Amino acid sequence: MQPRDEGDVAEAIAQARAAGTRLELRGGGSKADIGRATGCAVLDLSALIGVVDYDPAELVLTVRPGTPLAEVEALVASQGQMLAFEPFDHGPIFGRPAGAATIGGVIAAGVSGSRRLTAGGVRDHLLGLHGVNGRGETFVAGAKVVKNVTGYDLPKLACGSWGRLLAMTEVTLKVLPRGRTSASIAVEGLDPAAACAAMAAVLGSAADVQAAAHRPAGEGPALTVVRLEGFGPSVAARTATVAALWHDLAPRSLDEARADRFWQDLRDLAPLGQGTLWRINTPPSAGPAVVAALNPARWLFDWAGGLTWLTADDACAVRAAAEAAGGHAMLVRGGAALRQATPALHPLAPQVAALEARVRAAFDPDGVFDTGRFTHAD
Amino acid sequence: MSLVMPAPDSRVLDRRAAIVAALCAIVPGEGVIDEPRRLKVYESDGLTAYRQPPMVVVLPETVEQVSAVLAYCHAHGIRVVPRGAGTSLSGGALPLVDAVLLGMAKFNRILSVDYADRVAVVQPGVTNLAVTEAVSPRGFYYAPDPSSQIACTIGGNVAENSGGVHCLKYGLTTNNVLALQVVLIDGTVLRLGGGHLDAAGLDLVGLMVGSEGLLGVVTEVTVRILPRPETARALLIGFATVEGAGQCVADVIGAGIVPAGMEMMDRPAIHAAEAFVHAGYPLDVEALLIVELDGPAAECDHLVGEIAAIATRNGATTCRAAADEAERMRFWAGRKAAFPAVGRLAPDYYCMDGTIPRRRLPEVLARMRVLSEDYGLGVANVFHAGDGNLHPLILYDANRPGELARAEAFGADILRLCVEVGGVLTGEHGVGVEKRELMPVMFAAADLDQQLRVKAAFDPPSLLNPGKMFPLLHRCAEQGRVHIHGGALPHPDLPRF
Ligand SMILES: Cc1cc2nc3c(=O)[nH]c(=O)nc-3n(C[C@H](O)[C@H](O)[C@H](O)COP(=O)(O)OP(=O)(O)OC[C@H]3O[C@@H](n4cnc5c(N)ncnc54)[C@H](O)[C@@H]3O)c2cc1C
Repeated sequence: MQPRDEGDVAEAIAQARAAGTRLELRGGGSKADIGRATGCAVLDLSALIGVVDYDPAELVLTVRPGTPLAEVEALVASQGQMLAFEPFDHGPIFGRPAGAATIGGVIAAGVSGSRRLTAGGVRDHLLGLHGVNGRGETFVAGAKVVKNVTGYDLPKLACGSWGRLLAMTEVTLKVLPRGRTSASIAVEGLDPAAACAAMAAVLGSAADVQAAAHRPAGEGPALTVVRLEGFGPSVAARTATVAALWHDLAPRSLDEARADRFWQDLRDLAPLGQGTLWRINTPPSAGPAVVAALNPARWLFDWAGGLTWLTADDACAVRAAAEAAGGHAMLVRGGAALRQATPALHPLAPQVAALEARVRAAFDPDGVFDTGRFTHAD
Repeated sequence: MSLVMPAPDSRVLDRRAAIVAALCAIVPGEGVIDEPRRLKVYESDGLTAYRQPPMVVVLPETVEQVSAVLAYCHAHGIRVVPRGAGTSLSGGALPLVDAVLLGMAKFNRILSVDYADRVAVVQPGVTNLAVTEAVSPRGFYYAPDPSSQIACTIGGNVAENSGGVHCLKYGLTTNNVLALQVVLIDGTVLRLGGGHLDAAGLDLVGLMVGSEGLLGVVTEVTVRILPRPETARALLIGFATVEGAGQCVADVIGAGIVPAGMEMMDRPAIHAAEAFVHAGYPLDVEALLIVELDGPAAECDHLVGEIAAIATRNGATTCRAAADEAERMRFWAGRKAAFPAVGRLAPDYYCMDGTIPRRRLPEVLARMRVLSEDYGLGVANVFHAGDGNLHPLILYDANRPGELARAEAFGADILRLCVEVGGVLTGEHGVGVEKRELMPVMFAAADLDQQLRVKAAFDPPSLLNPGKMFPLLHRCAEQGRVHIHGGALPHPDLPRF
């Protein structure tokens, strides 16, 4: 099913509801290998494309959700702006070329990259939406201005909802000016705890770094890197601040090519190879405990240690380590059998799960979107 | 009180003594207030036009007590109004005659601060400023800074998703909260979010923030704290036209600059502020901008130069960078005193809070002037110019018969105008009782139905803070399936219950 407009979407969902069938929502399919196979019909939203309104001076962009992420990023870049949450395309993580990801998929999957540490995530940049709920009703939530508290903030629920609440048909995002220059400063050879401490020291200073990540020794020595963005004089002054803070660690600036490669690797997760892949959110200082508990073959820290990407096959051990560290673990990539047995999303505490189920029913009383792809409670 | 609130439940009122006794059993000692004289203290919030003493006030000290109070009220069908410091400007904390007022003032402790992870865990009755004060010895602060920050509580900030002059760069409350402990109306205690970024499931923290006390009672908040920027610099820029000032703001953003604050005042606000605090504002301008930059000195110096050039290109008649910290504080003194300053122009003023796309500002101000003449009431404007959040201050005299009603009608027209040009009813003060009947101007019936269903997922009997946020007519419509089309209220002349 490939609807052309909001009316088609509403009709498809209303029909599925009437027929008692379930629908899996899809944008470009770049994340189709996340979660378990369900055999449900796919509602393909990739034909809902195009820019509805973009006024750079208002910092607001309204697009249809099937618009390719790459197109949206090119558009805002042409005006010296950016999606500050640094979304990325999951294609390369699954061994496919980038380019399929849509902006709607990015929002539904809550995809935020390295700058999320300081600039906020998708949730902090989705201002409003038009959507169709599981009853097949169209509705509007949020608005098209950067500051709004009128009514419940339902757009927050859409971010990371994985198609379990509504089909978005139009989204309004906050955009921001792109830093004119960028610098990446690195230190070598730190262990996980020392790396997190070094990143915390910088984040607790006036250096105003935008991103902080760590890659353990592998092809080269371990590398701990912070990225600064902004106007030239500012980046120069803040670089000096970082250099002073890291004085004893022998910091050096990465040249542009090396810096680009480091941050690109973090997006594509190339250093992690092809094993079972987990994404673990914890408080930043708890990242080293996760690594210590699991001793994974390959791993990376982003968000100053608050996001650990790692490969490991023992799902129970990973989930236990994430919980012990005060966080949660998502199964991003794995063999079909593992994905069949292990829910992609971290199971919630029973009372939170019960509330979440009631909220889902508030959008989708008959479970049209309850495909069971991401959680097994459905 | 002219405001229509949900019809009191006589079965509850009849049992008042028993309810007070039950609450005393849950919260012993000084925790329950039922003397009429002492109830009066709680009769209104920052929207003082509306007053209603509550049936009884309860001031719990522990999460267990909050849970027991809510479970009791749930079991007996008693309404509950949560309250922080009572500074809401939309009547969010307005009591009901048959409701328990749940005051969170005794939850006033900062539980922990973690500087490595840059988070503080605080109880909801802690004031906004107290969070910053607690972490400032280590060079940190809590970024959202509503002007009421010495009084308002973090719990109130979470409920209203409050902002401040720095929120264009640093975000509203919602962008600075990581986790909540919440008690639902049935007494269930939940932890939502955590010390990490992004929720494991649905972003229920994001939903709770800005929910105006209708979904649950917040008993603990984990906020992000930030290191203080090294320096701050401010510019004071005057323009002969509002258009010039508006274009300057657009060009600053267009140049890739996100100032820490960018505030605009119109002529009446400038004159009132200058007369009140003698900030040194130019009086021969139509619009005044205060632009603040923060960060390393090198960045501030660079951007002061850029912004001065942009201002000059847009025909600024005056442009001054504060020479020192004392002058920067003087620039702000006038803006910060704008509300009381305007308050001296008339016995009463009514503060509005719409957001508009910034490009529509000249048109909106011009139409507001026409409305001002039509209603025969003055208006002064202060404007969070960076994010388009407009605060028109309507001048009136409540002692003159009919003038309050006229001020409210004028205010409602301004908010309709904000929505008409593509904006919203409220940028930071919340809907409360004040704007609830205007919700259909911005949302169609299906949109409001979706929000009401979310409300029912948290609070099926609708006992938490009823009469707020949603039009009372619409609530009837939910039950009776009356539909409101295209935002138009059927029978607008009929009283609404
Ligand atoms: C002079 C003045 C200046 C102001 N300036 C600003 C400003 O710059 N920016 C801005 O955004 N606002 C501003 N406000 C509005 C107001 O201060 C904010 O809305 C503030 O967040 C309210 O906090 P409070 O503790 O007073 O909450 P209250 O007024 O007591 O309550 C507000 C709402 O929160 C709910 N609530 C309170 N505590 C809890 C809790 N623990 N759990 C669940 N619900 C709860 C109440 O039910 C109510 O709906 C201003 C107000 C005044 C009087």
